[in-house]
Formats: sequence, structure tokens, C-alpha cells
Amino acid sequence: MSSVQNAPARNTPSVSPPRKRGNLFVIGRQPGRRGYLCIAIGVFVILALVWWVATASGAIPKIFMPTPDAVWARLMKLAADGTLWADLQVSLYRISVAFLVSSAMSIVIGVLAGCYGFWKASVEPLVDFIRYMPVVAFVPLTILWSGTGDFQKFLIIWIGTFFQQVLMVMDAVKRVPGDFIGLGRTLGMPDRKILVKIVLPSAFPGIWDALRISLGWAWTWLVLAELVAATSGLGYRITVSQRFFQTDTIIAYILLLGVLGLVSDQAMRAAEKVLFRYNRRRP
Amino acid sequence: MSTLEITGLDKSFATGKQRKQVLRKIDLTLADNEFVSVVGTSGCGKSTLLSIAAGLEDYDAGLVAVDGEPITGAGRDRGVVFQSYTLLPWLTARQNIEFALKAAGKSGAECRAIADEHLALVNLSDAADAYPNELSGGMKQRVAIARALSYRPKILLMDEPFGALDAMTRRQMQELLTQVWEAHRLTVMFVTHDVEEAVYLSDRIVVMGMGHIKRTYDVPLPRPRHEDITGTPEFIDLQRRVLRSIREQTQETPV
Repeated sequence: MSSVQNAPARNTPSVSPPRKRGNLFVIGRQPGRRGYLCIAIGVFVILALVWWVATASGAIPKIFMPTPDAVWARLMKLAADGTLWADLQVSLYRISVAFLVSSAMSIVIGVLAGCYGFWKASVEPLVDFIRYMPVVAFVPLTILWSGTGDFQKFLIIWIGTFFQQVLMVMDAVKRVPGDFIGLGRTLGMPDRKILVKIVLPSAFPGIWDALRISLGWAWTWLVLAELVAATSGLGYRITVSQRFFQTDTIIAYILLLGVLGLVSDQAMRAAEKVLFRYNRRRP
Repeated sequence: MSTLEITGLDKSFATGKQRKQVLRKIDLTLADNEFVSVVGTSGCGKSTLLSIAAGLEDYDAGLVAVDGEPITGAGRDRGVVFQSYTLLPWLTARQNIEFALKAAGKSGAECRAIADEHLALVNLSDAADAYPNELSGGMKQRVAIARALSYRPKILLMDEPFGALDAMTRRQMQELLTQVWEAHRLTVMFVTHDVEEAVYLSDRIVVMGMGHIKRTYDVPLPRPRHEDITGTPEFIDLQRRVLRSIREQTQETPV
């Protein structure tokens, strides 16, 4: 019935236009930039308020869930005595090294496998197989092999990201239009040149996107590795705090990890806008 | 002198366990500076024929030769304009043309001059610094044509280059192409399913049935050609005959 009423009525101009502005409960309709921000911030504020009311009223005991201001105070204290910076530094070092190594390897291998049948046949089935092995199951093995030092953290992050990255990079390369390669051929370019001058730049936006997505996972594997066996780092601090019932530290660090993930993601998106300027329409 | 000779060409694709013959004993010769259109229903093998001539696809039997020299793969002696947009998106219009010229071994200074000259040829001097993303479909194909002409191939192969354009733009592109071609004579093989386009542009039209050549028609219309010619009785008559030939179910006896 309502669809009949909403249908554009050409012959009856007295009927108000069928499109109501501002109704965001219509599939596909988007708010403006300001509206979007307002809604997003609103959700955060509401959740924080619920948290504050539930804890400040005493409905939830402090040992399970401290108040927002207690968490903030704890974070400031950890920052002041240097614990936070030491933890952050160690964790950032671990994720940077592991992520860079994993990305470099996956780009080289993924591009080769995306281009050449031989590499595809040798890489794809193997990677598909390893990909389904749970990373968590590798933790005891990696400790057995390499102890609980930084190298073991690198290994866990690498296992968690590399195999996913390779497949995504391969996919980005496969999406390079076949006619681009045909163009290179008709220009008499040898395969190696086509790879460097056409395939790589063409697949680059897709590869960058793959890296951005896998960076999010890398954070998860970092914390996992540090939770299980470590003597430093953000994950380590979380486990230690659990032993002393320092719920405020745990929550502060979890929120901090969320912020770190968000910041790194936004940084990569910002880089995207600079790197792939050519995709933007200029006025 | 630049000729393209195709003799006894066979091509088949593997479909599952069987092989499907898509081209059977094709014989076609493009004379020097001749503009030849290949028309036919979709799936008749006309695009495959062009890909083979470009050296982008291999074939089972037969011979493809440029100026009497058998081809071995793709090469700069044959320029190709694809149906899909093949401007590299990270390069500006000018850089796209320079890209081809660099591949052809031209020096930097030369590249710039030749690229500008060819952008002017397709009336796009103003868009030299625009990225493909900022160009309309017709503009992209004009740059692609400029790029394919810039390194002076002996033969130009065009695979439904205007197929993705709207009717108005298509007409403008056809006029531009005739102008360019009449000024810079070149041997052209032009694949299309638009009969009017084929009659307007060509010296000769090759009608393809499923995997074979049905018939060829000479186009005796005078040059230079302008849009008015599409209304003349000769034009309309030829267009009708070509269309009828495409629609004919019965195959003509192979010679």
C-alpha cells in the first residue's frame, strides 16, 4: 500500500514529493558528513555514559569494571612513570619489524604468483592449506623453537599475516586488466618490463588496501603473542595486571590498542589519498 | 608499403574436453593504406581474428604476415586500440602517449613533442595533463588512438573501439577517425558490429559468419567523407546489402 502512495505522481502536483529528506532508514540513503560524524560520536558518548552510570552507581563492582575516570587516571599514571611508553615502544618495534618483513615477502611472492603460472601452482595450494591452520596453535611450537624473545613475536605475527597477505596480493595482481598486458605486448615490451611498468603500478592500490586490512590483524597477533609468553609489551602488561586485579590497567590498554589500530588505519588511508591522487577527480 | 596477409588461418579453443573451432580457413589480405572493416554477429570470431593479427593470441594453422614477413607475437609494427579503456590510470593523457613512445625507444625530448602533436591531432591539447579518471569515455578512446598512432605502426588494429560509447559520441569519433585517417593514410583493420560505422569508415567490408568469411564488399563512396554521405542512396543501399548478408542463415559455398 505504502509503495503505491510513495510512487511518483506526475499528474497530481499537489502531492508532496515522495522523497523525504533526512530519513536514514531507507536502503542506500546516506547522511551528510556532519550528520555522519554526529551519529558516530553520539554512539561513543552513549556507550561511555552507560559505562559511567553502571560503574559510578555501584551496580557493577569496581574490581570487575572500574569507572571511566579511574581508567583515565590509571593511564595517566602509567604514562607519568614511563611504564606505558616502555610497553608501547617494545610492542611497536615488534609489530613494525614483523609487519614490514611479512609485507615485503608477500608482495614479492604474491606478485610472482599472480603473474606466472609456475609460481601460482607452487604457492597457492600451499598457502591455502597453511592459511587454515589456527595461528594460536603455533604459539607453543614457536616458543619451543625460539624461546620467548622478540623473534617468537615476529614469528607469530608473520604466520598470522603473511599467508593472508599473499592471497590478497595475488588477487590484486589478477585484477589488472588483461588488455593492459596486451598493450604492453603490442608496445614490444618484454615481460619483465611489463611486470615493473604496468602490472605493479596497476595492482598497487589493491596491494596497499591488502596491507591496510592485514595491519589490523597484525595488532591482534601481536597482543596474542605477548599475552601468552612475554616479559614486556602491551599484551604482557595486560596479563600481569590480571594477576593483581588491576582491571583499570587492562581496560586502559585494551582501549589504547583500539586507538592504535584506528590511528594506523587512518594513517594508511591518508597515505592512499596521496599515493593514488590520480583516482581523485579534480575540480 | 604495409600490407597484412592472413592465409589459411585456423583457430580453436578448448571448451571442456572438446575443442571448438572458432576460425576456419580464413584468407584475408589488407592492401597498403586500405581501411578494412570486419563485421559480424557477436561470437563470430571477428575479435579473435584481430587478436591473432595483433599477435596477442596464437593460432593452430595458417600464416599471418606483415609486408610478407610472418609475425612472431605482438610488435610495434601493429598498433592496437582495444574496446576496453586501456589508458594507464596513474599517467596523464600526455604521459600515456609518452609511455608508448618511450617503449619504442624515443628520447625524452622527442617524446614530449610527438605526444603533444598527437594530442592536437585528436583535439585534446587542453586535456594533456588530465588523468584518465577525469576524461570521458570518448576522450579516453581519442587518447588511445593518439597513442596507437604516435609510434607510427605500419598497421592499425581496432577492436570495436567505439563499442562502449554512446551514439552521439560515437558519431563524433567516427568523423574524427575518418579525418585523421584521410590525413595520415595507414593500413587499418577495424572490427565492429555497427554496419553504418563500417560503411562510413571503410574502403572494404568483410562480413563474417560463424568462423568464416561470408563475403566482402567494396565501398565505392568518394573521399573525403562527411556525415552527409550517410543519407545518400548509395550509402543506404550498401548498408542494407551488408546487413542482409550478416543476417543470411545459409552459408555461401566456400571458394
